[in-house]
Amino acid sequence: MISVLAAAEAPKLDASALVMFLSFVAATLVITYYSARRSKGTTAYFAAGRSITAWQNGLAVAGDYMSAASFLGISGMIAFFGYDGFMYSVGWLVAYLTVLLIVAEPLRNAGKYTMADLLAYRLKPRPVRAMASLSTLTVSTFYMIAQMVGAGTLVKLLLPGVPFHWAIIGVGVLMIVYVVFGGMLATTWVQIIKAILLMTGSVILSVLVMNHFGFSFTKFFDAIAHVEKGGQVIDFMQPGLKFGDVATKGLGKWDLISLGLALVFGTAGLPHILVRFYTVPDAKTARHSVVWAMFIIGAFYIMTTFLGFGAATILTPGGIVVDGKPNDNMAAPLLAKALGGDLFFAFISAVAFATILAVVAGLTISASTSFAHDFFTNVIHHGKEHRPGEEVRVARITAFVVGAVAIFLAIQLSTINVAFLVGLAFAVAASANVPVIILSIFWRRFNTAGAVAGLVVGLVASIVLIILSPSIMGVDPATVEAAKRHLIQRPAIFPLTNPGIVSIPLGFIAAIIATLCVREPEAEARFAELSVRANTGLGAEKAVSH
Amino acid sequence: MSYPENQDLTPLSGGPSDVAPLGRTGPKPEHEKTATEDTDVVNWDTIAATPGFAALLRAKARFIVPATVFFVVYYFALPVLVGFFPEFMKTKIGPANLAYLFALSQFFVAWIVAILYTRTASKWDKQSAELIAKDSKQSSK
Repeated sequence: MISVLAAAEAPKLDASALVMFLSFVAATLVITYYSARRSKGTTAYFAAGRSITAWQNGLAVAGDYMSAASFLGISGMIAFFGYDGFMYSVGWLVAYLTVLLIVAEPLRNAGKYTMADLLAYRLKPRPVRAMASLSTLTVSTFYMIAQMVGAGTLVKLLLPGVPFHWAIIGVGVLMIVYVVFGGMLATTWVQIIKAILLMTGSVILSVLVMNHFGFSFTKFFDAIAHVEKGGQVIDFMQPGLKFGDVATKGLGKWDLISLGLALVFGTAGLPHILVRFYTVPDAKTARHSVVWAMFIIGAFYIMTTFLGFGAATILTPGGIVVDGKPNDNMAAPLLAKALGGDLFFAFISAVAFATILAVVAGLTISASTSFAHDFFTNVIHHGKEHRPGEEVRVARITAFVVGAVAIFLAIQLSTINVAFLVGLAFAVAASANVPVIILSIFWRRFNTAGAVAGLVVGLVASIVLIILSPSIMGVDPATVEAAKRHLIQRPAIFPLTNPGIVSIPLGFIAAIIATLCVREPEAEARFAELSVRANTGLGAEKAVSH
Repeated sequence: MSYPENQDLTPLSGGPSDVAPLGRTGPKPEHEKTATEDTDVVNWDTIAATPGFAALLRAKARFIVPATVFFVVYYFALPVLVGFFPEFMKTKIGPANLAYLFALSQFFVAWIVAILYTRTASKWDKQSAELIAKDSKQSSK
């Protein structure tokens, strides 16, 4: 045990980690080069020519979705709080049933490049697209900033020799290069490679953990029931260590239910996930790709059992320290170091970077597609390209601008706690996008007023409730370090961290009430067309042959 | 629309791609339609009114509505049971406890629902393929 504990100390700058990370970067740049040569035309740039197969898209969806927050954050939460961390991870998979059963196929059948295509079919295109684009850009940039600040923090921990700003600039420049030059095809393959790397790393780490316990589940679960934390022996399999009534004054269960709502509804409204379904030839392939994604994502979250509880039992929560302070992001990498040595630690660190890069590239392309297709072409230019190739050119410029803004903001925000931005992205997706998507597909009476009201209220309610929540408001003692201080030093007005339980109903109610106040016969008349398109795939966008 | 390079694009006289004579009144030949004229070749309302389409929608609703209600209830049972009845969920079962096994079961239930859905949905693919085939037969007459 002594050697294990000694190995779990803070890592030094490691040449092998750098080599592995650079070889991942080199591989992705080669892919970008070939993608850039193959991607000619609008559909090729925005939707990879609709030529991605089901298993490829399944891997890419998984690579787009599983962020560093899942890989490092959930393992860490299990390592420090046991069962509650595992329960937290369940919703991230179940959310895909909403995507599969309700959203993926109608979206693929009736849309072209963005979520707003589906809404614009029977509603007035300009107001609906403008609001949908605003909501898309909000979700994508907030989520991106959270990821990039995370990348900077990660570099500080994994490669202590690289300064924070350079890490963020490096990640930002790479994601701009993938998206500007390689478009959707390059982004897709970066996500596929990342998913394969992440699964490989997790499987090896899981096997190493079981090897430590002689491949005996009885031994493993027995160790989980006797974890040493803060001088006490605690049963880590019991619920309630993080979200229980004692730890949270009775609010934890409500927060979990609220988070569950945001996940189960929000995933089906995340723009960077939705655009992935335009890259496949038809709705049937889209359906199969969701099932592929569900098996990959589910297998990963089940493996957090080994990653998280492995760190809790083998390292113990007191052993997961960096520079003498406990660090919940480092549970998985330090476990890799303890069980697999420096080389495996380097591999897991490279996987963590690949994870961030694939997610931010997906966010960048969805943001720039929405701006170019929805806002520039359809809102400003009434749906006509003035010059051929204009839409793609605008998207490339947007990707560059979005990337530059994200780099700037991530550096500016590097000293504050930005974890709430991920929750905000899901809350906006669930409260603004999803009500409008669902009502548009299933309710004949639904109209433009309802769509705009639903988008505005869902967006504003999520942002306001997050600002009033304990994520931003709270009084810290003077000893708390800057990166963990609350932004507003006052008691929180809204008690829950996750606003979903209030903001999702608000989004639906606003959309329904505004619809009932106005009649729009044109929208009702075109419901038949949308319904036939969405349900049969007649007239859907076809694959482009290369 | 793109044309192969170095190829004479002049239409054959009297051929299927012939241009319409000036001042004609009949419908334009297919190839001459601009994008805006070509959009609504399908009569959506007619298809939407067929019994086959209504049957397709009913078949979809028969699976999707109960499946959605089931997975939402099954999933939210987890935070509700763990949040409100933690002592009950701590019941030991084998080396683990009820809380862990119920959380683990969520993964398998989600996978089973997904597989059942794809199996059922492949029947809908056939139904909608028949609908589309019927429609194109009617419009070509």
